Amino acid sequence: MDLNIAAQLNSFLAAFVLLTAFGMLVQRRMFGLVHLFMWQGLFLSINTAIVGFVAGKHHLYISSVLTLSLKVILLPYILHVLIRRLKVHKEVEVVENIPMTMLMGIALVIFSYYLMSPVSQLSTLVTRSTLAVALATVMIGLLMMITRKHAVSQIIGFLAMENGLFFAATSATYGMPLVVELGVALDILIAAFIFGIFFFHISTAFDSLDVDQMARLKEED
Amino acid sequence: MDTESIYMITGPIGIVSSAILLLFLSALLAPLLKNSQRFLINASFMSASAASFLGIAGGIWAVGGGYTNTLVLPLGLPDLPFHLRIDPLAGFFITVICLLSFCVSLYSIGYIKGYLGRRPVTRLVIFYNLFLAGMLMVVLADDALFFLISWEVMAAASYFLVMFEDERIENRRAAFLYMIVAHIGAIAILLSFGVMAGLATGFESFNGYTFDAMREAQLPLSWATAAFLLAFFGFAAKAGVIPLHVWLPEAHPVAPSNVSALMSGVMLKTAIYGIVRVTFDLIGTYPWWWGAIVLIFGLISAVMGVLYALMQNDLKRLLAYSSVENVGIILIGIGASMIFTSFQMPLLAALALIAGLYHAMNHAMFKGLLFMGAGSVLHATNERNMEQMGGLIHRMRWTAALFLIGCVSISALPPFNGFVSEWLMFQAFLLSPALPSPLLKLLVPLGAALLALTGALAAACFVKAFGVTFLGHWRGHHMPRVHEADWPMRTGMILAALTCLVLGVLPTFFIDWMDIIPEQLVGTKISASSGVYGWLWLAPVARERASYSGTIVFLGILLVVVAVYIVLHVKPGTIHRAPIWDCGFGKLNQRMQYNATAFSMPIRRIFGFLFNIREKVKLTPKGLSPAFPKRLNYYLRIRDRSWGWLYKPVVEFSFWVSRRVGRLQQGRIQAYLIYSFITIIVLLVFSR
Repeated sequence: MDLNIAAQLNSFLAAFVLLTAFGMLVQRRMFGLVHLFMWQGLFLSINTAIVGFVAGKHHLYISSVLTLSLKVILLPYILHVLIRRLKVHKEVEVVENIPMTMLMGIALVIFSYYLMSPVSQLSTLVTRSTLAVALATVMIGLLMMITRKHAVSQIIGFLAMENGLFFAATSATYGMPLVVELGVALDILIAAFIFGIFFFHISTAFDSLDVDQMARLKEED
Repeated sequence: MDTESIYMITGPIGIVSSAILLLFLSALLAPLLKNSQRFLINASFMSASAASFLGIAGGIWAVGGGYTNTLVLPLGLPDLPFHLRIDPLAGFFITVICLLSFCVSLYSIGYIKGYLGRRPVTRLVIFYNLFLAGMLMVVLADDALFFLISWEVMAAASYFLVMFEDERIENRRAAFLYMIVAHIGAIAILLSFGVMAGLATGFESFNGYTFDAMREAQLPLSWATAAFLLAFFGFAAKAGVIPLHVWLPEAHPVAPSNVSALMSGVMLKTAIYGIVRVTFDLIGTYPWWWGAIVLIFGLISAVMGVLYALMQNDLKRLLAYSSVENVGIILIGIGASMIFTSFQMPLLAALALIAGLYHAMNHAMFKGLLFMGAGSVLHATNERNMEQMGGLIHRMRWTAALFLIGCVSISALPPFNGFVSEWLMFQAFLLSPALPSPLLKLLVPLGAALLALTGALAAACFVKAFGVTFLGHWRGHHMPRVHEADWPMRTGMILAALTCLVLGVLPTFFIDWMDIIPEQLVGTKISASSGVYGWLWLAPVARERASYSGTIVFLGILLVVVAVYIVLHVKPGTIHRAPIWDCGFGKLNQRMQYNATAFSMPIRRIFGFLFNIREKVKLTPKGLSPAFPKRLNYYLRIRDRSWGWLYKPVVEFSFWVSRRVGRLQQGRIQAYLIYSFITIIVLLVFSR
């Protein structure tokens, strides 16, 4: 494949990753969120495979398959089951001031480009232009955790942040060593299980999955 | 084995180390014996007194022979082994600790049996042994790491001992306060060692942690001052120097009495040891105003401590405040010695140092004796409030006599030991020529005057303690079944009383024995006992200036007592008992006796401005002429001013800060995420 085409494909997929990130920022339905997360994982996985092919780093195929199986199939499945079990699939979360959140997201993207401009100038990799997008995805994930109150959207925000980090690793250095990636994948899996258990406890203790309820745990003064 | 390593095992350091091992061993074995409590008490306190005996031998040997030996144990952190060292100064303090702990351990055999059937004593036994071991380790330590570990062992063990009867809220409060003060002090000591170690070898290397490295280092004055002030603060918190004394009158009364005896008698002395070690040995050279600081705090503690002691009606609390006073007196000696050293007057410096150290030893013995006596009273009556006591001399003859010896010693009356050390202290003050500083010209006579005042007030205080507790009639509602202390308790007290007497009657032997300490620290001996019949006359500077013979005074007093006894008791009928004349007023009852509050009233009137006093007289019924009250209630509450002036602002400030910081803690996950988000953004902006 021509390097130029690869770079364009890479940028194209990066745009989709960012788009899904923005989508998750404002999506109010639980299943919609999970589907967006699935799409993001899929774009990430394809992107990893392409980068691996262009750069000749064959271990990236493994991470691509890992991403596909974990973030596109397993985690969405677990989240699906959770949402059904907790009977929150019909809930529509109240998200305050969507335009404002979107504007903040845009500001974060601009900020990321500003931050990454010196790095992009120095780098010689094919993927250098997508580094800013990766950083923006991380920050939008964090922003999502801040603006959302529902526990499920918080965990999805967290996973989206992890996606952003993974993306950044692929863009900046053609992926982390395989051992590290395997470790991270395992961490994500375990985090998902812990969050699942945690959700059940929150919902039995507070009769709701709204994390604002947890403010009641604070010590009175 | 070469001779040196054999000597290491059999020399003073080997003996003291084996004492420490024995103590650890009995602490370890105590849980195994917990099913037979009586045997546990007998066995473990016997082994504690055996360990103390070993310690006495090692300490006396180290001082007497002037030995300095060291031992490096391959324990502790990797590459940072524990250093142990015994020199005359350490040997002296080991002797003091072990002399008292020997008496107290014997006493404990009887005293702790009072708890049998009420609560298990295994915990007390374990921590008692650890406490003794901790104190000995502090004195033996020759590096900052081992010193601080031992210091914490000592502090933690004594915390658990104060907590022993933990069902009472006052005990828990006292123990908590003690722990806080001990830890703040320990932090200051740690910082002080850090400064010294860092400047000795640089902050990159750890080798400065040994005391040897600190000795060799030449610190710039500013850093040396910082190290000294931190160390003084830390040790003063442990010693109970005013205004850091607040834990002391809380913790000592609630601890079991044998523990109070040790805490007051010798644990405070480890702090004195620390001050002497850091200033005279580790830092070495210092400006005169360091000594002035020590002297001023000593004076404040001495005068205020005895005044507070006078105001107390709780017997053990009174003794605790009196410890504050005595620590003050010891610090006066040490401070004076520091001043004299910095002005190159080694003879006076040696005299003041000897006075301070001798008083440390004396205070250990008589305060231990008094606390043991108070413990016997508590054991017999379950009462600490003197207003309820009285007339115990008839039921507890032994305890009364021994307590009286303690009172006479602490009031600095000849022929007992308190007199000798305070007399030496006065000699140091009075023989001092004009010092080259106007402040000191004021301070030295003032110090002598305040020391005299302290002595007089201490005498008043112990007239009150003895008179109200043992004389007159029982002041409470009904007298409990009072029993005399049993033989182990008596033995402990008798030994302590005998030591007080010997230290008072034959001071020259002891001063010659410990003369090597000032020789090593300030460069000269005082040679107290020169001339013909030298041992008889204590003449610290020159025979024609001042001399004192404890033996002759003792023999004189003995002669008078024997003569009076013969005159009164040989012919029967010279003494006859009759009812008290009641001025024709009616029957006198025990509530009409002179009591503790009344006794201290004149002094409260004079020095009242120093305390926070609330006094209220309530007449019932109201409305009638005050000349004909039916009932009169008198309320009196005396508080320490240092609480309001020093501690309350600090406590309130820390609560204020925590409330402010607490506002950050919203309890909402989003808020916490925003904190991290903002942090990341700011970091990214600044690190770009």
